[in-house]
Formats: sequence, structure tokens, C-alpha cells
Amino acid sequence: MNTEITGIIVTFILTILLAYPLGKYIAKLYSGQKTWLDFMKPVERSIYKFTGINPGQAMNWKEFLKAMLTINMLWLVYAFFMFLYQAHLPLNPDGNPNMTADLSFNTAISFVVNCNLQDYSGESGVTYLTQLFVITFLQFVSAATGIACLIALFNGLKEKTTNNLGNFWQIFTVTITRLLIPLCIVVAILLAFNGSPASFDGKDTITNLQGDTIQVSRGPAAGMIAIKHIGTNGGGWFGANSTHPLENPNYFTNIVEIIAQTLIPIAMIFALGFYIKRKKFAYVIFGVMTLGVLLLLIPTVITEIHGNPLLTKMGITQLTGAMEGKELRFGPAASGYWSILTTVISTGSVNSMHDSSMPLSGLMQMLGMLVNGFYGGCGVGILNYFIYIIIAVFISGLMVGRTPEFMGHKVEAREVKIAALVTLLSAFIIKGGTALAAYYFVNHGDANWAVKPSAWLNNPNYHGFSEMLYQYTSSNANNGSGFEGLADNNPFWNITTGFAMILGRFIPIIGPIAIIGLMANKKYVPESAGTLKVDSITFGMMTFAVIIIVTALSYFPPLVLGPIAEYFSIH
Amino acid sequence: MKKYLLPSLKLTLVLIILCSILYPLFIAAVAKLAPGGGKGETLSVNGKVVGYANVGQKFTDDKYFWSRPSGVDYNAAGSAGSNKGPTNPDYLKQVQDRLDTFLVHNPGVKKENIPSELVTASGSGLDPDLSPEGAYVQVARVAKTRNISAEKINALVEQQIQKPLLSLFGPKKVNVLKLNIELDKIK
Repeated sequence: MNTEITGIIVTFILTILLAYPLGKYIAKLYSGQKTWLDFMKPVERSIYKFTGINPGQAMNWKEFLKAMLTINMLWLVYAFFMFLYQAHLPLNPDGNPNMTADLSFNTAISFVVNCNLQDYSGESGVTYLTQLFVITFLQFVSAATGIACLIALFNGLKEKTTNNLGNFWQIFTVTITRLLIPLCIVVAILLAFNGSPASFDGKDTITNLQGDTIQVSRGPAAGMIAIKHIGTNGGGWFGANSTHPLENPNYFTNIVEIIAQTLIPIAMIFALGFYIKRKKFAYVIFGVMTLGVLLLLIPTVITEIHGNPLLTKMGITQLTGAMEGKELRFGPAASGYWSILTTVISTGSVNSMHDSSMPLSGLMQMLGMLVNGFYGGCGVGILNYFIYIIIAVFISGLMVGRTPEFMGHKVEAREVKIAALVTLLSAFIIKGGTALAAYYFVNHGDANWAVKPSAWLNNPNYHGFSEMLYQYTSSNANNGSGFEGLADNNPFWNITTGFAMILGRFIPIIGPIAIIGLMANKKYVPESAGTLKVDSITFGMMTFAVIIIVTALSYFPPLVLGPIAEYFSIH
Repeated sequence: MKKYLLPSLKLTLVLIILCSILYPLFIAAVAKLAPGGGKGETLSVNGKVVGYANVGQKFTDDKYFWSRPSGVDYNAAGSAGSNKGPTNPDYLKQVQDRLDTFLVHNPGVKKENIPSELVTASGSGLDPDLSPEGAYVQVARVAKTRNISAEKINALVEQQIQKPLLSLFGPKKVNVLKLNIELDKIK
């Protein structure tokens, strides 16, 4: 057991040691300083030339958002039709079928918004063409979209008064050429040399020692697994995601993959400090986020190591912890660690099945997604956290009776309204969706649908409710993990979670960009004795309190009906 | 929106070439140097491939070490977990059944010596490994079925234990397929 604990501690320390220099690099990259990847510049120049983009052109917040939304809508249409007709297109060695319209709708949204909820299974639901030309492609560009939007926020914070949040096209392009692709190449090669397949061969058929015939799915997976983590996407090549022994072959690749997905989110916090030259502000944010992560992480790891109390009652010795849904080569500590990191940041890849986690762990996983700002996904994590900051600034202002200010800009009614709306929208999507599903499950269980509502759930009682709650939580948080027992590939789930994902993506991006656009445009108010010190530990704790209060007020009731009730039913 | 549409289209085209064609081809080319040439590492007996080193298989014969239970019956073209919740009564009954089956096939083994991985399904349904305890507890059955001394088989298990990464990080494990291949070589 001890080697499992040292495993996760070293993983965490390594992540931070790598994230710090990467943060420095990121700050340099976007402020146009020299970096060692500048040899990519000619590639970027030819991209600008071909596409007719003027990389130096300033954009205000509305122009920035229009450019971002236009290209995202284009990807949505492209992805939808590719999935719909994939069977007739090349690179389909396993002869997999087209997606239905509702599944195609769900999957296209899912990958455009960096959610990667998968209502299909990788081995049978997509072709090598759609895996590469749609899914891998979208994993790169959706991550770059999130990061570009965060850089717009950085630009707004950096200047005293400005209209210019940067050029979306330019920020987006260098994110791919000089951040995502280089990191992915490193990770993909490490994976390939540890046993993840990377060739284009289809399924293999083998006769084994017992004389049984077995089929093994393969494919050019290593590159996709790399960007799935680097870009905090999370959608797996294989159905079982990173529990699959070809997707995550050993403990070393497990460390590589979990570091890969945590790396950019943490590096972005440090980059914030370097970029806007307020290092202390960044360190306080890092501290608050880390505190939040540890509060979710430690109980989860302990619970999973202790095993399932109901199996203990049956007289089973759980030396290796709670093993249902877990892989032996990772064990309960690394599985618990992964399950929390992947839910606090918006990756949603799994190295154990969350549906089989202990009730307390399930609660912690959901809380990670409900907050969605402890580190958070590529770019969007800090955007979410920024919303909490604005609310904290507003409440602090109320407490001292002054018009609140944030970094020299007045925070007024309009900004606070936007922040409040973004927060309320999540609660509405998650609770509204879950309530709707529960209503149909209870009152129209026998409805003549593709899958009867009464057949949706893989587990009864509180846990069944948790399956539905988890699905909307994950969709809204753009996480993409699931309590996978839920029968989600049918029109009801494909369509409702499709809308949950698209709203849960773009509103929390548009909101913060609008706020910073409005604020950066205001007159700069120099600091005085009465200014709220946003880089103080006090303000950090204030933000932390706001996060806890907002989350508790919004989500306590449904959590009681699901994981908390299940916890008390066995303790 | 119109003035953004053309750059969007062109940029999408360029990035598809970069991310969906050049990048995977480059990785596939580099992976040719990896063990298994990027197709997955296979294990052979007398020159015949009998499985993938990392992909678990179903072993039900008493003369082989059994793998863990699987939610998908070790279908390596359709991986998945059982997704059973920890308090599900059907699940608990299933665990009890597995326990009983194991005890029938392994007379003399005490219930508390059966490690939990032998009665629970893995996340992928393709877990290739057991804990050392999970292998040791099956030695008596394998020895009896094969008519080989238990000491010999115990020694083989011990030799097949893979240490944690750098002896420091992660669990100890035994690869079931490799163990069974070696087992067949003992006379």
C-alpha cells in the first residue's frame, strides 16, 4: 500500500515542478517574447497568409467572441455530418456503422465544447477517419479555443484601460503550433513506447492458449490519447477510456497521462502571474485551488483504500482496496487520485469506473465538477474562477460599503449581473435536467421510447438517482466522465445533455469575456488605502468561502438525494 | 459573422491537415521503433501469437491461473466495466456467487484469503493482472490439476511478480497471460 501512496504524492509534486516552467513559457509565448519553439514561426506565417488573417489586428471583446463563435459553429456542422455518414467514408477497417442523428448531434457538440461525453463506444461507434479527422481535430481546437479565451482575459487584466483583448486567430494558432502539438508529441511517443498502439491496422484476431478465438481492437490511438489529456478533453479511443490496457498500459503511463491532463491548467495559473506581473495574485489562486483539490482528494483516496464496507461484511479481505471498476496495475490510491483530478479539471477521462466508486468518492467527484474551478479545464478553469472572484469582490464591497473595485476597475451592476447569471445557469441546467429525467423515470417509466425510462438505470435507489445527476453535472461542467451504467445512447439523453453541454460551454466563456471587456474599458482607478487587496490571502479565503457557499446553496438538495443518502445507507 | 466565416473555413482546413494527418502519421512513424511496432505488443508460443501482453484474457480452465471477473467477458473489441454501484443488491449477490464458485474450484482455500480482485470486475473488463496474493491463492488448484508440485508453481509465481515502478511507485502485480505461458512450459 505504501508504494501506492508514494506514487500519488510524487505524481502531484512532479506536476507542479513541470507546470511552473511551463507557466513561464506560456507567459512568454503570448506576450511575444522569444521562445525556443520560434522555429514554428514560418509555419504560422504561412497559415496567416493562406487564411488571410492579419495576426496583429486588435479585437475588442465582441469581435473576439464573434470570431470564436463563428469557427466553433462551423466545427459543429462539420462534425455532425461526418459522424452521420462515417460508414461510407474511408478509413473504416472494422466496418463500423453511421451514427444516428441524435447520437451525432450529441457527439458533435460533445467534442466541439471540450466535454467529450461519449454516448457511443470507441471500438464500435466511430471509424479511424472520424477518430482522427473529427475527434482528434476537435480535441486540439477546442482546447485551443478555451486557452485563447483565457488569454483574452489576461490581456484585459494586464492593461490599465484597453479595448483590445488580442487577436483571436493569432492566439488560437500559436496555441496549437507552439503549445499543444509539441507537448502532445512528447506524450504520444512516451505512450507508444509503453504499448499504446499507433498504427492504422484494424482489429486483430487471435486463438489463445485455451483455444478461444479473441478479437482485439487497435488503431492509431497514441496521438489521440496524448491530446485527450493535454487538452483536458477526456474522450477515449476505446470504450473503457484510460482503464483500457492499450490506452493506459502501466503505472508509468498512468503517471504520464494524469500529469498531462493537470499540466496546462496549473501552468495557466502561474502564467497568469507572470503575464500580468502580479505573481502573488497567481500564487494565492493556486493556493486556494490546491486547498480545494486536497479537500476532495484526501477523503476519496482514504475511502477507496479502505474498500467497500458491504464486501467487508461478507468476509472478503480487501487488501487492494475497493476493486470493482478498478485496474490492478493502478490500485485504489492512483484511481482515487485520478478520479478527483479528472473531475476538478474538466478532462473526464477515467482510469477506474466512477459508477463503482464508493458513495463518498462519487460525492467528491460531483463536487469537483460542480465547482469546476479548482484548476479547471484548459483555459476555462480560470475563467470559471474569475466569476467566483467577481462575486467575492462584490460581496466584499457590500461588507465594507464601497463600490467594489478589481485591479483598478470598478465592478458595477452589469458585471455582477453577468457573473450571477452564469452561476445560476449551471444550477438551472443541472437540477432542471435531473428533475426532468427523474420525472420521466418515475411517472412515465413505460413510455414507448427507444429505451424505456424505467430501463435507463444500471443501479437502483440512491445510486440510480446519482447516475442521472452525474450525467447532467458532467455535461454542464464539460467534463465528459460518467456514471457509465446509465443507458445514455437514446434520444432523450442525447438531446438533453447536448443542450446542457453547449450552454455549459459557451455561457461561462462569453460571460467572463464580456465582464473583462466591459471592465477593461473603464477608467483606471489608482490604488489607494481603501482598495481591496485582491492578492491577499484574506481575499483568497473570501473567494474560497464564496465557492463553498454558492455550491452548497445550489446543490446540497440533489446531493443529499444521491450520494449522501447512499453513504448513510451503508455507514 | 460573415467576415469571420472565410478565415474560419480556411483555418479549419489547415488545422485538419496539421492535427489529423501530419500529427498521427508522424506518431505512427516514430512508433514503428517501439516494441510491437506500434501495433501493440504480442506474446507468442512456438511462433504462434497467443495474445497481447497488455490485454487480459479469460482463463476458466482449472489448469490455468484465472484472470479477474470481467463486465464484458474479456471482449477486447468492446471494453467496459460492470458499472455496478457499491450498494446494488444484485451486485452483492454476484460477488457472493463468484466467491462460492471460487471456493468450489479451490477446496481448502479460506474465504478470507481470497483477495477482492478475484471477485470484482475490472474497469476495462480486460485487466491483464492479478496481485501476487491473487495468484498464490490459486497455486494449490493449478498444482493438483497439473500434477506438479506446489513448490515449483509457487516459485514460478514468485519469479513472475513485477515490482512497483522503480520499486517505489504503484502496486505489485502478476501478468496472468505471461504466467500461464510459463506454466505450460513446466513439465
